Amino acid sequence: MTTATGERPTLSIEGISKTFADGNAEPLTVFDDIWFRINQGEFVCLIGHSGCGKTTMLNILAGLDLPSNGSVIAEGTEVTGTSLDRAVVFQSHALLPWMSVATNIAFAVESRWPQWSRQKVWEHAQKYIDMVQLQGHEDRRPSELSGGMKQRVGIARAFAIEPDVLLMDEPFSALDALTRGFLQDELMTICRQQRQTAFMITHDIDEAILLADKIILMTAGPNAWVCEIVENTLPANRTRSDMHRHSNYSPMRNHLLEFLINRSDSRQELRSDGGYDNRHPPLIRPTWVEGQQTIHDQKENDDGKR
Amino acid sequence: MTNTIRLKAFLLTLLLVGLFSMVWHFNVSGAAADHGMDAEYAAMMGAASKGGSSLPGPLDVADTVLAHLASPLNYPGTNQPGLLIHISYSIARVLAGFGLAALVAIPIGFAIGMSPLWNRALNPIIQILKPISPLAWLPLALYTIKDAELSSIFVVFICSVWPMMINTSFGVMSVRREWLNVARTLEVKPLRLALRVILPAAAPTIMTGMRISIGIAWLVIVAAEMLVGGTGIGYFVWNEWNNLEITNIITAILLVGVVGMLLDTALATAARFVAYSD
Repeated sequence: MTTATGERPTLSIEGISKTFADGNAEPLTVFDDIWFRINQGEFVCLIGHSGCGKTTMLNILAGLDLPSNGSVIAEGTEVTGTSLDRAVVFQSHALLPWMSVATNIAFAVESRWPQWSRQKVWEHAQKYIDMVQLQGHEDRRPSELSGGMKQRVGIARAFAIEPDVLLMDEPFSALDALTRGFLQDELMTICRQQRQTAFMITHDIDEAILLADKIILMTAGPNAWVCEIVENTLPANRTRSDMHRHSNYSPMRNHLLEFLINRSDSRQELRSDGGYDNRHPPLIRPTWVEGQQTIHDQKENDDGKR
Repeated sequence: MTNTIRLKAFLLTLLLVGLFSMVWHFNVSGAAADHGMDAEYAAMMGAASKGGSSLPGPLDVADTVLAHLASPLNYPGTNQPGLLIHISYSIARVLAGFGLAALVAIPIGFAIGMSPLWNRALNPIIQILKPISPLAWLPLALYTIKDAELSSIFVVFICSVWPMMINTSFGVMSVRREWLNVARTLEVKPLRLALRVILPAAAPTIMTGMRISIGIAWLVIVAAEMLVGGTGIGYFVWNEWNNLEITNIITAILLVGVVGMLLDTALATAARFVAYSD
């Protein structure tokens, strides 16, 4: 079944599809025959328009929902339900409002290691509160925190159970641009330090370029499919403040933007065209080529002539 | 700002109570004209013989209230049980019935909220039992339990069980899906899920049900005690009606109001401890 090449993936998505059959209505297939892999230590982003079943996809990976067809294989076993090995950062942070920041995290820690002493649980929780720099806010309730702080708690809670893979559903989409930037930096630092395997759903191209090693492009739904997989060609030590200076930044960004604007419609003929293999979607490495002008460059030149 | 409103509201309340007392006072203390009655008959008729009202005025009631306050354990001037004893009986019955109802209603409400099957199965039964006046149960209770004390507790139980059950099931049913999803991703065991996630999430709604219940229970106990007799504030009121001691009836009515308010305030305070804002 697996497209085994080299290392065993942390998560292998093998031909999953999701169909919603609601009474008399025509059954709706959100996405169909999706294959991709998330390798150990890799940060994978999934980009697509709303309606292509991104959240459904994440729920299936988390085990909160089951695919109609195909299966998700985690560390060699099929996913049939939720697991502490796969932590979820929810879009709406989903903190328990009657618990303090520290208790929210400790609750997750106790779930992971029920045999731990109270003191050990709290020390462990504190470590992750410090990691997301929420020292001094331990006893606050979520309602007393800003949106960014709440999502930090959500991230700390997910990291605190030391999962094999971190699943994130547009975690920063509800935040303002400044806060989002800070949190992206923080998440990137932590993921690099801990070599955390992660899967994130986003619709923000710059977020994907900053964080992801591999970007999966989904066409618009219904019947969405993986159009291609883009490998990030920017150096691994890129930062938010300098990545736009790299020569590969423009090709990366343009490729993704071009996809979202012009190529994301779900044309089945494209897929059935002989060159496309569901199991091995085309792997693209956008790089800067001497003499090649991007659309963006052309426009700048035109402006310059005036 | 809020303080000045509070002060104004307090003064306004005093003013309204003062106005009411004055209207009351001047309406019952009519002219003391002699109608030329036989002296003995006039003595029997009391104030009415003088053209006044047979209703006592606020000052008479105040005198009675003070007399009861001075002797809470004994009926003033006798060795019969005083108002404090009666009201304590009533409170004890309400708390017993209410407590039993909570023990039954909250777990069943939980089950109804968690399971669509139980929800559908129990719903018609609840809908039929809920609108029955609790006092209608009293004869049946007296006949089967054969104990007046337990019967009045049963009546309190049966009237407070429904709001708590319905609110508990509603609170459990409306626990946010994302909180349940968090618990699922953390593989939280069922008992821990119920106690650490669902119960605190539903607690504010459950507390609202408890407040409704204790209000109804307090309304019902007075009527139940009138019928059952022996002890309790309801019995006291009925006894004083038989004695035509109107000031005592009014005193007891005031006491019922004050205690009802205190019971509600106590639960409102408890509700604040389990409240959360999102």
